[in-house]
Parts: sequence; C-alpha cells; structure tokens
Amino acid sequence: MNITFALIGNPNSGKTTLFNQMTGSNQRVGNFPGVTVEKKDGPVRGHKGVTVVDLPGIYSLSPYTAEEVVTRDFLIYEKPDAIINIIDATNIERNLYLTLQLMELNVPMILALNMMDEIHSSGESIDIQKLEEQLGIPVVPISASKNDGVDELTHRAIKCAEHKTKPKNLDFCCGHVHNAIHSIAHLITEEAKAAGLPLRFAAAKIVEGDQPVIDRLKLMEPELDIIQHIVDDMESHLNTDREAAIADMRYAFIESICKECVKKSAPSREHLRSVQIDNVMTHKYFAIPIFLGIMLFVFWLTFGIFGSGLSDLLSLGIDSITQAVDHALSQVNINPALHSLIINGVFAGVGSVLSFIPIILVLFFFLSLLEDSGYMARVAFVMDKLLRKIGLSGRSFIPMLIGFGCSVPAIMATRTLPSERDRKMTIILTPFMSCSAKLPIYAVFTAAFFPNHGPLVMISLYLLGILVGILVGLLLKKTVFEGSPVPFVMELPPYRLPSAKSVTLKMWERAVDFLKRAFTVIFIATIIIWALQSFDFGFNMVSDTGDSMLAGAGKLVAPIFAPLGFSDWRAATALVTGLTAKEAMVSTFAILLGASDTASVTPLLSQLFVPLSAFSFLTFSLLYMPCVAAMAAVRRELGGWKNAILAMSFQTFVAWIAAFLVYQIGSFIF
Amino acid sequence: MKTTLDKLKMGSKGIISNVGGEGALRRRLLDMGLTPNTTVMVRKVAPLGDPIELHLRNYELTIRQEDAGKIEVTEVAE
Ligand SMILES: Nc1nc2c(ncn2[C@@H]2O[C@H](COP(=O)(O)OP(=O)(O)OP(=O)(O)O)[C@@H](O)[C@H]2O)c(=O)[nH]1
Ligand SMILES: [Mg+2]
Repeated sequence: MNITFALIGNPNSGKTTLFNQMTGSNQRVGNFPGVTVEKKDGPVRGHKGVTVVDLPGIYSLSPYTAEEVVTRDFLIYEKPDAIINIIDATNIERNLYLTLQLMELNVPMILALNMMDEIHSSGESIDIQKLEEQLGIPVVPISASKNDGVDELTHRAIKCAEHKTKPKNLDFCCGHVHNAIHSIAHLITEEAKAAGLPLRFAAAKIVEGDQPVIDRLKLMEPELDIIQHIVDDMESHLNTDREAAIADMRYAFIESICKECVKKSAPSREHLRSVQIDNVMTHKYFAIPIFLGIMLFVFWLTFGIFGSGLSDLLSLGIDSITQAVDHALSQVNINPALHSLIINGVFAGVGSVLSFIPIILVLFFFLSLLEDSGYMARVAFVMDKLLRKIGLSGRSFIPMLIGFGCSVPAIMATRTLPSERDRKMTIILTPFMSCSAKLPIYAVFTAAFFPNHGPLVMISLYLLGILVGILVGLLLKKTVFEGSPVPFVMELPPYRLPSAKSVTLKMWERAVDFLKRAFTVIFIATIIIWALQSFDFGFNMVSDTGDSMLAGAGKLVAPIFAPLGFSDWRAATALVTGLTAKEAMVSTFAILLGASDTASVTPLLSQLFVPLSAFSFLTFSLLYMPCVAAMAAVRRELGGWKNAILAMSFQTFVAWIAAFLVYQIGSFIF
Repeated sequence: MKTTLDKLKMGSKGIISNVGGEGALRRRLLDMGLTPNTTVMVRKVAPLGDPIELHLRNYELTIRQEDAGKIEVTEVAE
C-alpha cells in the first residue's frame, strides 16, 4: 500500500529533523523559523511504499508568506493520506493552535509531541493519555534530534493512515461561534463538496472571513446574505469581530486542555538560561558591538589563523603531487600538448582552487554555529531598525547572513519575507554580501599584493560589500521600490547548543559541493581555457599566449576595464570565467600565467596588477553579477529572465562604478 | 489601567483587551496568540528602540512598536 505523510507544524518545531530521521536524508535544519522553504519528499526507511513530505512551517492555515502558501496548497489540493502534525512541546499552546485547524481538514492525523527531552530536563510533564482523549487523535511523544520515539511514531502513523482514522472530536467551539459554524456548514454542504474543500474547514474559514476560500466556494447571493446575517449576529453577541472571535475560541479551548494536561514547573532551567544569554546578546549597549565583534572574530579566525594555515598545508600537498605527476609524464615522453593539458590545464586549474577548501569549511563552521544556536533571529531583532532605514525589515538580515556562505540558499531564503517588495530588494542586495567562493580570489590577491595586511584587506572587502548594499538599498528605496516598510512579526527561538552532527553535516555538504564543482564545472572550464589559450584562430599551437584565440577575444572586452586600472586581457578573461563559479577566476589566472602550482600563481600576478589596481579588481569581483548557479536562483525567485537580467546588469554596473571610484580616488591620493 | 502595549515599561505585564489594526497583519498577530485576555510581558526593547520583545504563552515574540501601539492592554499591577 502506498502512503504519503505530510509533516506539518509551526516553523522551528523540528519537522526537518524528524524528516531526516525518518528518511535518512540530510536536509538543512537550523534554530530559527523559516529554514525550509520548499517541499521535499523522501521514502521512509524500512517501510516500502511509504513516503513522507517535509514542508515549510506554518502558524495557521491563513498563509502570510510565499513559502507558507506552499504548505497550505499542498494540504488542501494534494491531500496527503495522513498528516503528521509535529509540535514543539515546550511551546505547546501556540503550536496546538495550528493543530485545531488541521483537525478540521478531515484527513487522518497523528500528533508528534517533539522536544520531549527539553520537557523532561526542565521538570515539566505532559499527560499524553489525557491529551489524546481531549484532542481525539493519537499523540506520540518524541525527541526528533535524539531519535527517541520516532519508530513508534512511524508505526502508529502508518496504522492511522491504513485505518483512515480521522479526527473525531471537533466540538472545541462553544456558544455563539459554535452556532455560527454549524449553521453555515449546513448552508454550504453542496458548495464545499463541489469545490473539494472539507466542510468544517470551509465553514470555519467563512466565519473567519477568509476571502480566497469564500470565492472558491462560488456561493450565491441569497446564501451570502444569510451568512452575513449569521456572522453579524455572532459579532454583536460576542462584542468582537469575526477574526478575533475564531482565534479567541481556539485559544480558549487550548488553554483549557493545557490546564488539564500540562504540569508546568516554575520557569524552566532552559528558559532561564536562554533569557540570561539573551540579556547579554541583545543588551541595550552591547548588542551591536557584540555582533560586530563576533563577525570580525569569525573572519579573523577564518583568514588569519585556521583557514589560511590549513590551506597552505594542503597546497603544499597538492603541489608535490603535481610535481610528481609532471615528473612521471616527462619520463614516459608523453605528447607535449597532452602534457601541457594535464599539468598546465587540469592540475593548475583544479589544483589551484582545491587548496582553499579549508578556508571555506572554517567559515561554514562558524556560520552554522550562528544558524544552530538561535543567534540568527536575535540579529534580525537587533538590526530591524537599521534595515528599516533602507526600506527592509530585520528578517532580511537572515538571507544576507546566509549569503556570506553561498548566495544560492540565501536567495531561496528570501521566500520567508512577507512582502514582494522586501523579497525583490533582498534578492538584489544579497549577492553584494561576499560569498565563500570568492575567498580563494581574495586569498591569492592579498598574498600577492598585501602580504602584511591580509586579514585587514579581507575584512575591508566584506565591509565594502555591506556598505555598497546599504547605499544601493537607499537608492532603490528612493526610486524603484518606494513604499512603506512591512511589519516585522517574528518568533525568537530559545538558544540551543548546536549539535555536532548538524554542524558537521553542513560543512560536509559544502565540501562535497565545492569538490563537485572543482571536478565538473571548473575542470571543464580549465580545459576550455587551456585550449583557447594554447591555439590561435588557425588552430596552431602558440608559443606566446598573447597570440592565442583567448587573447584575441579577451582584448575585445579588456578596454571596458581600462578606467578601473586593469586592462590586461587575462584579467578580463578571469572575470568572464568567474561566472561559471567564482573560484574559477583563480584557476584561470593559474593557467594564463603559466603557473604550474598554487604557490607560483601569487608572484606572477604582479605582471598584471599593482596593489591599487589589484584592489580595484577585487572590488569589481566582489560586486559584479553572481555565478550561474546564483543566477538561476535569482531567475526563479524573481519569476523570469527579464527581471533577473535587469538585476544582474544593475549589479555589474554598480561593481564598475565602485571599482572606478576606488581606482580613480586611489590614484589621486597615492 | 488601560493603555497600549507599546507604552508598557520593560518587565511589566498587561492583559490584552483588544487587538486593533486590520488585514493580514492583524490576523497574524491573532494567530501568534495575541488574543483578548492573554497576559503579555514586555521582555525587552531592542537596542535601537524598536522592535520590542514580548513574552506570552510561554514563548518569545518580537513585533514593532508601531504595531504594538494597536494592541490595547490593561496593565497588571505587580
Ligand atoms: N532539544 C531538541 N531540539 C530539537 C529537537 N528536534 C529538533 N530540534 C532543534 O530544533 C531546531 C529546529 O529544527 P528544524 O528541524 O530545522 O525545524 P523545522 O520545523 O524544520 O523548521 P522550519 O524549516 O524553519 O519550519 C533545530 O535547532 C533542531 O536541532 C528535539 O527533539 N529536541
Ligand atoms: Mg525545516
């Protein structure tokens, strides 16, 4: 039998953690609301034909942001065989609010009471049996991250789907709301059936005043009149409006359940600890210095100590392999063109980027600590007011921080923003936050031109990206994206200790991604570049690369960059290959400068740049249009190539202006 | 004493009497548990003066001063 489960729950309740346990996959988790933005299905381990679908978190069935619509539409139109409603037991009141709405959907349903480990350690207790009785659905206590109770949950969920046990106990409303829902349900039985909507859900939505649902039911004038009358009647009796009446009714029922089933201790230890940490992290005077301090510390460790040290070690290893292979190839007297392809093409190109893996992993280690600890949401809280000045909200800060790792997930994370305007602006600004693939470029250039000020130059590049982001944001706010800032309503999750597993997974994922690119995109790019720079237009092997096809093409583009201080065709070529993947720029320089190993790229760069033009080149590289993977993400999120191309041309234009200013002002001063 | 949520001092509590405003935002506030008769505590004001952090129903929620101004509360004397 084929069964599909939908994992539904509030944001940050542990859906993806549970999904990973059930399917054995490694989807992204993080301790802030809105990590998952797409639906994702996977087969349940050990149960043939059973599929589970992970979805973005929702607070209610009235969606508010783009990713929440995904979840509601899946529930209502694709009708899973059963719902696994996962709730955060430490936050049971607010989580049950969604549960009550899900029960109205008339779909078999089971409740997974997650984070029981935190409940136990805080000395609270929840009476599972009573909860089951009161709600009329099966309840299974679990701890997804500890893999406690997950097997039992799976078994009972399958049973629940097989027997099609639907929630029976829907009479959690009382008095006037109850009467209104029931009268309306009688009235719309036929229409609800025709529209394919669960009756009770439709009736409650009408009482609430949910326009899309009312439209979908295609009700006639007389019915609409009666409904209006019923609702008016209810409102006047209760002395509130319809929306508040329904919300109030649900919360009142939940409060009565919790009073019976939940034994609270005094504020739990976890909670107190969280509050104490927060008193420091969002302190009136220290919050912003602490944030800046953390970021500086992270970048300093990444470039200054761990990352570059490890990278140097790795590059020694790669260089000695290159030499060994070079030596072996000479011994066997291989064809010189092939020899050059292997050593000057593949080894120079792929080898030169591989050594940067440690830097990227170190950066990701710290970024995942930020994501998993719960600090991310606090940064949004602290920065909201500043972001509002450029027309955004604190929520936009989260995609931007993720952007320091990689623009692709960052651009996808903008789906959690509640307004289109915020979304578009954030998508345009996020690529200015320097992504980790640009690190190899900075590392090579700082080693060549600013050997004594490496970390300082790196950090100034990051700050420059942020500064340009702010200026462009202000400009956009004044021109294209006028309008008032959107509200900011966000849950702040408790601080949690990041788990070693999750952090390692994130680093591993990044390493695999980087290696994959090195051996596919960059591998191919290096072969093409090698070929284009080895032959002229008559396909004769050239002795001076300046006569090659690539030089010919590069020289056409190069003049554009003359005012920025670097007019050499090799710099222009690197910028173009950088579009496949940013780190490919390093490979390109390695090949074009005839460097056989990583260490020798550095001194050769001084043929092309002086320190000032090097900095101007870095500025341009930092800001210009993103790599193809990010372009595809931008296209998807902006809904078409037209907008995406507009955005990317704009970014490239901004990059040119910024590099121009750097070079011209720099020349004036020095 | 009747007032609005944005006027409450840090650390003080109020009981919601009415949630003003309209549209999607108001519904979201209700969905998040800011319903009449709920007790809310103002836990903190962000370093730059806005937004504020609330404690209600055993969790932490942050909203802007402006939106808090639409929520009427009766201050609870400690
Ligand atoms: N203590 C504890 N923490 C858990 C448990 N399950 C999940 N977490 C943590 O809760 C946080 C949220 O987990 P996710 O799985 O990302 O939550 P989600 O529901 O997928 O969140 P969104 O995708 O944002 O909707 C992470 O920091 C997890 O490590 C649990 O059983 N116990
Ligand atoms: Mg998730």
